[in-house]
Amino acid sequence: MSVFPKKRRFSGLGLVKQALKHQEGWQRMWRSPAPREHYDIIVVGAGGHGLATAHYLASVHSQAKVAVLEKGWLGGGNTGRNTTIVRSNYLWDEAARLYEHAMKLWEGLSQDLNYNVMFSQRGVMNLGHTLQDMRDIQRRVNANRLNGIDGEVLNARQCKQIVPIMDTSGRTRYPVLGASWQPRAGVARHDAVAWGYARAADARGVDIIQQCEVIDIVVENGCAVGVETRQHGRIRADRIGCVAAGNSGVLASMAGIELPIESHPLQAFVSEPIKPILDTVVMSNAVHGYMSQSDKGDLVIGAGIDSYVGYGQRGSYPVIEHTMQAILELFPCVSRVHMNRQWGGIVDTTPDACPIISKTPIENLFFNCGWGTGGFKATPGSGHVFADLLANGEPNELTAPFALDRFHSGALIDEHGAAGVAH
Amino acid sequence: MFLIHCPYCGEDREEEEFHAAGEAHIARPLDPDACSDEEWGNYLYFRRNPRGLHRELWVHVAGCGKYFNIARDTASYQIHGSYRIGERFTWSDAEDSAAP
Ligand SMILES: Cc1cc2nc3c(=O)[nH]c(=O)nc-3n(C[C@H](O)[C@H](O)[C@H](O)COP(=O)(O)OP(=O)(O)OC[C@H]3O[C@@H](n4cnc5c(N)ncnc54)[C@H](O)[C@@H]3O)c2cc1C
Ligand SMILES: [Zn+2]
Repeated sequence: MSVFPKKRRFSGLGLVKQALKHQEGWQRMWRSPAPREHYDIIVVGAGGHGLATAHYLASVHSQAKVAVLEKGWLGGGNTGRNTTIVRSNYLWDEAARLYEHAMKLWEGLSQDLNYNVMFSQRGVMNLGHTLQDMRDIQRRVNANRLNGIDGEVLNARQCKQIVPIMDTSGRTRYPVLGASWQPRAGVARHDAVAWGYARAADARGVDIIQQCEVIDIVVENGCAVGVETRQHGRIRADRIGCVAAGNSGVLASMAGIELPIESHPLQAFVSEPIKPILDTVVMSNAVHGYMSQSDKGDLVIGAGIDSYVGYGQRGSYPVIEHTMQAILELFPCVSRVHMNRQWGGIVDTTPDACPIISKTPIENLFFNCGWGTGGFKATPGSGHVFADLLANGEPNELTAPFALDRFHSGALIDEHGAAGVAH
Repeated sequence: MFLIHCPYCGEDREEEEFHAAGEAHIARPLDPDACSDEEWGNYLYFRRNPRGLHRELWVHVAGCGKYFNIARDTASYQIHGSYRIGERFTWSDAEDSAAP
């Protein structure tokens, strides 16, 4: 293990000091250690969820001998590809509790990590375009409030007050009738979340090993004892937690188990930067598109998944066209804005649009996956509860409903209404 | 954009004319009441989801309206063939061992 000088805290004063030193005195954010032969816990996948898991293992559970293995670069998966919407207004108690747990952690995250994750509670609006949409919205907002989660039902006029550029004239093919509105929801800087967790975990001694692809999970007598990696050979561990999003099924098959997951491409777009026109997030399940504006000024736009199974990190053309139609119907004023970039990630969808945070039939092998199109918002909560599962070996009350066995017992948590295409 | 061959229309058509309907060749249990929870859950929810060769069901919604199968690679996106319901498709032996 390479030794690392104690991390200096980031602060306003530090910024001034570094400015005077021509920005040449900054420390490295994390080490690039060579892996040890054995760890207490190996986390596979250095996305936000894996890194958060490692951070809470070290900070909450005092686990020091932890490694995070990443086949590419940290934060290069869905964490660095998503459109960063954070909200907690899910319908069912189990999901609402889990996402609200994450929301509470978001609210103190920059302080906890000593890293500005630019969490901005600018509100999220989920539009309704039909009477049934509005009934579903009312039901969900009521359920949210009963669970202590903030939410309001807005009519079209109130939507227009918050988002003046939106066409609420009623003359569109799918008129805006109203929306659900969660004021505490918002966006965060996705890369900063990965970097902040990585820096904090590294400072507590977690080894983050990039360019280290797991190609096999070593199982002896029904018990996982380590992983085989392409670059560093075998690394042994007492417990293994897989947090590999779209590639979870590939990892599961290495251990000879099956997951009820299908991997689909999901894409997003950003426009050229323009002056501020939108200070919140607007999403529509019905016309299938959503938009926010980043601090740089680019419009961040996303849509639905490709309907087929795919591992190519790109999206199909029909979805691009469909998304732009939806966005233009809602926001006719952006019709001349150019799109700068388009990309895709591989999302791990489950039959009930809820994650799997679970033990497996293989002893000491755990999975945290199935976050599908909407797991960024859960990053702190997911890491927090998965660290608890890895440290204790048994689920707690937050994770128990999300066990793998629900697909055989039938206790699904159907969040399609609240999750569906919404992120 | 996929160019998909509909084995019923005998035409190569753009992806937009079709809908993907998931993994192919999933047989409904003949006697559902006799299934264990395990078997029924597997039938309903567990799919192979391979990174590689995959047989899948598509429907030609904007054409003949019929369901048919495609053999496709989910990583390279290459379509190896289309075939009608009731037919089987085999890759070369070496490839097929990866896709039972
Ligand atoms: C276009 C798009 C938009 C989205 N928008 C939103 C949104 O607005 N709000 C929201 O809440 N969610 C959104 N999501 C979903 C969200 O991005 C994911 O649910 C979440 O980021 C998953 O985090 P993760 O850390 O589990 O996955 P990832 O960040 O994908 O991390 C998994 C890591 O595992 C690594 N890995 C895989 N296989 C191996 C292996 N064999 N060995 C070693 N490492 C391996 C990968 O390289 C990757 O870095 C969006 C997703 C996409 C693609
Ligand atoms: Zn046809």
